[in-house]
Amino acid sequence: MVFLSPDRTNFGLLARFARRRLAPNRYDLVALAVIGLGAVLIVHGAQEMNLPLANLHTTPIVLDPARLPEYALRTTLRMFAAIFASLLFTFIVATLAAKSRKAELVIIPMLDILQSVPVLGFLTFTVTFFMGLFPSSELGVECAAIFAIFTAQAWNMAFSFYQSLRTLPGDLDEVSRQFGLSPWRRFLRLELPFATPALVWNTMMSMSGSWFFLVASEAITVGNTQVTLPGIGSWLAVAIEQKNFTAVAWAVGAMGVVIVLYDQLLFRPIVAWADKFRFEQTASEEEPRSWFFDVLRRTRLLARLGAPLAALLRAIPVPKAPKVSLPQIGGPRTGRWFDIAWLALVIAVTIWAALTILRYISHTVSLHDALTAFDLGLITLLRVLILIALASLIWVPIGVWIGLRPVWTERIQPVAQFLAAFPANVLFPMAVIVIVAWKLDPDIWLSPLMILGTQWYILFNVVAGAAALPNDLKEVSGIFHLGSWQRWRDLILPGIFPYYVTGALTASGGSWNASIVAEVASWGHSRLEAKGLGSFIADATSAGDYPRVALGIAVMSILVIFLNRTVWRPLYAFSERHFRLD
Amino acid sequence: MTMTLERPIETDVDLVEVRGLRHVYGKGGGAGLLVLEEVNLTLRPNEIVGLLGRSGSGKSTLLRSIAGLITPTAGTIIVKDMPGDDSAHGVSMVFQSFALFPWLTVEKNVELGLEARGVPAAERRKRSLAAIDLIGLDGFENAYPKELSGGMRQRVGLARALVVQPSVLLMDEPFSALDVLTAETLRTDLLDLWAEGKMPIRSILMVTHNIEEAVLMCDRILVFSSNPGRVIAEIKVDLPQPRKRLDPAFRALVDDTYARMTARPSGPPASQGAFPGLGLGMALTHVSTNTLSGMIEALAAPPHHGKADLATLANELNMDADELLPVADTLQLMRFAEIEGRTIRLTPAARRYANAEVDERKQLFAQHLLAYVPLAAHIRRVLDDRTSHQAPATRFRDELEDFMSEDYAEKTLDAVVSWGRFAEIFAYHEDDDRFSLDDPA
Repeated sequence: MVFLSPDRTNFGLLARFARRRLAPNRYDLVALAVIGLGAVLIVHGAQEMNLPLANLHTTPIVLDPARLPEYALRTTLRMFAAIFASLLFTFIVATLAAKSRKAELVIIPMLDILQSVPVLGFLTFTVTFFMGLFPSSELGVECAAIFAIFTAQAWNMAFSFYQSLRTLPGDLDEVSRQFGLSPWRRFLRLELPFATPALVWNTMMSMSGSWFFLVASEAITVGNTQVTLPGIGSWLAVAIEQKNFTAVAWAVGAMGVVIVLYDQLLFRPIVAWADKFRFEQTASEEEPRSWFFDVLRRTRLLARLGAPLAALLRAIPVPKAPKVSLPQIGGPRTGRWFDIAWLALVIAVTIWAALTILRYISHTVSLHDALTAFDLGLITLLRVLILIALASLIWVPIGVWIGLRPVWTERIQPVAQFLAAFPANVLFPMAVIVIVAWKLDPDIWLSPLMILGTQWYILFNVVAGAAALPNDLKEVSGIFHLGSWQRWRDLILPGIFPYYVTGALTASGGSWNASIVAEVASWGHSRLEAKGLGSFIADATSAGDYPRVALGIAVMSILVIFLNRTVWRPLYAFSERHFRLD
Repeated sequence: MTMTLERPIETDVDLVEVRGLRHVYGKGGGAGLLVLEEVNLTLRPNEIVGLLGRSGSGKSTLLRSIAGLITPTAGTIIVKDMPGDDSAHGVSMVFQSFALFPWLTVEKNVELGLEARGVPAAERRKRSLAAIDLIGLDGFENAYPKELSGGMRQRVGLARALVVQPSVLLMDEPFSALDVLTAETLRTDLLDLWAEGKMPIRSILMVTHNIEEAVLMCDRILVFSSNPGRVIAEIKVDLPQPRKRLDPAFRALVDDTYARMTARPSGPPASQGAFPGLGLGMALTHVSTNTLSGMIEALAAPPHHGKADLATLANELNMDADELLPVADTLQLMRFAEIEGRTIRLTPAARRYANAEVDERKQLFAQHLLAYVPLAAHIRRVLDDRTSHQAPATRFRDELEDFMSEDYAEKTLDAVVSWGRFAEIFAYHEDDDRFSLDDPA
């Protein structure tokens, strides 16, 4: 209750208040409710995370739908904590790689390898470390889980940011240098905006990717360490163990709701906002839209409240870093010697590291084991290749059909992207039931699970490619009445090829990672295993056999890098050279 | 208007002084390309100076050196301020591509330089609004660049350069990305502002390849030779402003400038023409065979009958000097034309070419290509010698890189590939980057 004296000035104040439209409008209500709820939930979840570790053992996961929102909240918070860490990692590491040639020499190959290392691999080695960091607090395990999610997210984001920094438009770079922008201002005005659209897209992809490893990162089973953190992933693990079909369905529903929520309330608005950073000088025809972004923009009170905050932010004096001009030691000649010395150092450290790993593994692992792991790796490689081929056979025609019909494209595209974001492994139990019931061969029939979640990348990239086919080329093939085979050979396949390669590349990477969860699937006590590198790593992880985990990961990294270098990269370069339509 | 500064009285100070500038691109060890050699330049208050030359003459490099964007290999550059308490100082630059930040509004774009200098927000706003107003963009403060036409974008670029009150304004082909009409309007507006002393700047240094533009705007024109870039002539333009393009004195000056641009330095023998390097190491410019044929036909036809004045020809074909000259140079290299002063004359071979059918043209072109372009002859010889009649392109690229930078090697090879294809003396396969003798039919 606000008391106002009948004084004219005060009355005038109120009138002015109303006139200046400071009063909240209905958009304020919506925005305020959403933002307020978000804040409350974050605080609540963060408090829970800091409970003592003993609490975790005394309160096991209860499959009660009433608890589900709470679990969903914890899971979501973890994912966002990981995204935040990934962004931080991206800004620091990618910037370093882009700015320093010496750092680049080390960072870029390292990122390349790290992104081929399966997520579970990281978890195995870090969980004990994090638990030791915060003994007797849930925080340690939380950190391990968050770190696992982080490893599923960070690499592609860092790559995208690095690529943006390396392809800054030359004239804008010259303007910034000519005006002598400080590094910090240059980052805010040029580098960050330019990199934003690609980074946003990659963040969304990362978010989708990390759902896939939710079960593995929440219900941690490494050797003797067995923890189940409250969350949807653990719920799912328990539900599968108890053969509780309804609970699985609940979890699937909860995931769907969470994905839709953060997509609508966070990512769509960000995409709509980031559109202004797209580097083009002409207005594009179609702008991404978001209802929540529109609500935020139409708010009156929030905008007013936000203004002083923004002013405050602007007023914070930008730390004027003293101009550090590195003393040029000697001429370019000494610089070259410096480079060579640095390269030698890097090579030396690499060899030393390789030897250390080799020594570590060779203590318990024989050459025979290594060969076995390699054999299994080849089986998984075969699976990946066959599955990509099968998925292409199915989705390319369908994608083209959709892409050539704008109405359908508009309808299907969001669905395909949602499916790609949806963790397909929640459906694994069904596969187990079917395989057990029909007595099928798990070596063959578990395989499709690997591509269940990643095939959508092929679909929505092909749809985008077909939709982008230039109209004049379509008209030409219409005028000459090209037969359907000729139409496919000369127009459609070359047109969608670059898009297809992008999709297949993503799908292939995802499938390798998925093999660890897909080659071993269980439903209650029925546990199925397909022979392959994925199940090899999964088994070694649950047995706490670290050398074997290391071996499996090393073999998988080598195979993934091999596949990328011999198949995907050349294909990519080929399509860049021949099939660019612009 | 707060922007208006008192026009200083004529002073003797040299605002920009460039002495013995030399710049080598690429590798440090001599293999790089010499783009600027022994360039001297003095910029005094109250003058507009134009740097004129064909592409590759290093004029942009010179401008960027003065702007501090490039560190030249050797030589000194001194940028001085006006004496006394003149508030204008330093240099600022306008870019050919406008170089606006698409995510910033017009106002924020203009404020960029002030922000970098730590000018407080209120003053920034005041000054940028004044600059926007001055340049005729008021009302567009909150627009994003993508909402503006090309001419308006360059106005933003101009306002952004002016708002920091530089004493020297550097302009890098500021009008060449605009259509003819818009460019003319902007030129006129800029000259008006300059004449009325409304801009805070003390002098302008602009790069252009458009001779008429240079004669229209500048008080002094420095003509650059190419490969390496040197100042080969200085032309004073004393015509009163505003200048009329149809004025006979104006035309005479344009013609004279053409002659100076095509003039050969006494050094290399005429046979080597305008291209740097000798023999295999000659850096070529890619001119389409269609353009070459078109030029021969245009020259052979009336009213020229095989002989024409370069400036007249450029005017008639609606080409800029830096578009026309490489064509003329290539014709001269292949002995299809001779250039003397500002006149170009077809050789008898070229007259035969003009009257020939396609097949005979190809034969004639092949003869001249093999005889006068050493690289083409070299590729053909290698292909003939090998039993497979094939050779990877990298082989020739590597050879070229002994003489020139990677970039130039690529361009040179592109030129020879395109000419060789037309002459059918060899085939080139893009897929696996190799040359072969097989008939591409």
